[in-house]
Amino acid sequence: MSGEAGFLTTKLDEMLGWARKYSIFSYPFVTACCGMEYMSVSCAHYDIDRFGAGWPRFSPRQSDLLLVVGTVNHKIAPVLRKVWEQMAEPKWVISFGVCATSGGFYDNYATVQGIDRIIPVDVYIGGCPPRPEMVLEGLMLLQKKIASQKQELF
Amino acid sequence: MAVESALIKFVKEKFPNFVISTHSFRNDDTIVIRKEGLKQVMTFLKTDKNTLFNMLVDITAVDNLGSEPRFEVIYHILSLTLKLRLRIKVPVEEMEAEVDSITSIWPGANWFEREVFDMFGIIFKNHPDLKRILMYDEFEGHPLRKDFPLKKQFPRIQMREVKTKY
Repeated sequence: MSGEAGFLTTKLDEMLGWARKYSIFSYPFVTACCGMEYMSVSCAHYDIDRFGAGWPRFSPRQSDLLLVVGTVNHKIAPVLRKVWEQMAEPKWVISFGVCATSGGFYDNYATVQGIDRIIPVDVYIGGCPPRPEMVLEGLMLLQKKIASQKQELF
Repeated sequence: MAVESALIKFVKEKFPNFVISTHSFRNDDTIVIRKEGLKQVMTFLKTDKNTLFNMLVDITAVDNLGSEPRFEVIYHILSLTLKLRLRIKVPVEEMEAEVDSITSIWPGANWFEREVFDMFGIIFKNHPDLKRILMYDEFEGHPLRKDFPLKKQFPRIQMREVKTKY
């Protein structure tokens, strides 16, 4: 019996992972020019909906994925953290573009040197701005991570 | 030395005590004036029928660290009726970094002066609401001053520890 129970748990994990990775509701936190590339990814040419992540929710409480698109400076840092805190578990974060990832060339008085100093990040996408293909690859990496991680039941 | 334009000549004759120097290059006129005469000169330039500078395009400043006077506040004005452009420069000492506000002449100067105050720490006397406009209140100092530390930051929230070397 115990072996069977163990077998059942792994299958549940896999099933939940499969369901979660194809039903990502994203929250676009768009602050800069990377937003253009985000629009390109979400619209018909590159069509992020093919990956089950086509539905942006403009409320953090209804979304699973926080897309931080663009430069984040110290003035807006508390807002980003509050948005992240308001998201319900399970939640993931993608850092979209080099500014969000490391501050990029804004190595100055105003800019946060990478949003991982504010919130934990799952996938970093480089590029200034990243090509839509790079964004989709980042999304696929995240889906791989979601599918293979331990599924918490909240 | 370029030929003095009619505009520069006109202002110079009107305010011989306030004009420090002038500069003209391809119809790009600059007049450097003493800060004591700023409001008087600006009011004249806006209202006189020969100039009619009815639009204030921009206010900015330069920090010439190491030379005296340290700062220069720069006003770009435009006459829409007479199609004239003029740049006014006002030298400002570091020890007495104050100029008269010109919000009473052009109300649009309000936010420009707040920006110059925020970035350079130059006080505008009689400004209706002189406070930071770009940076947040916790920020200390004025980031476009040349002696502001290059990468000095003032985080508003506790930053997480991150691994910087792998």
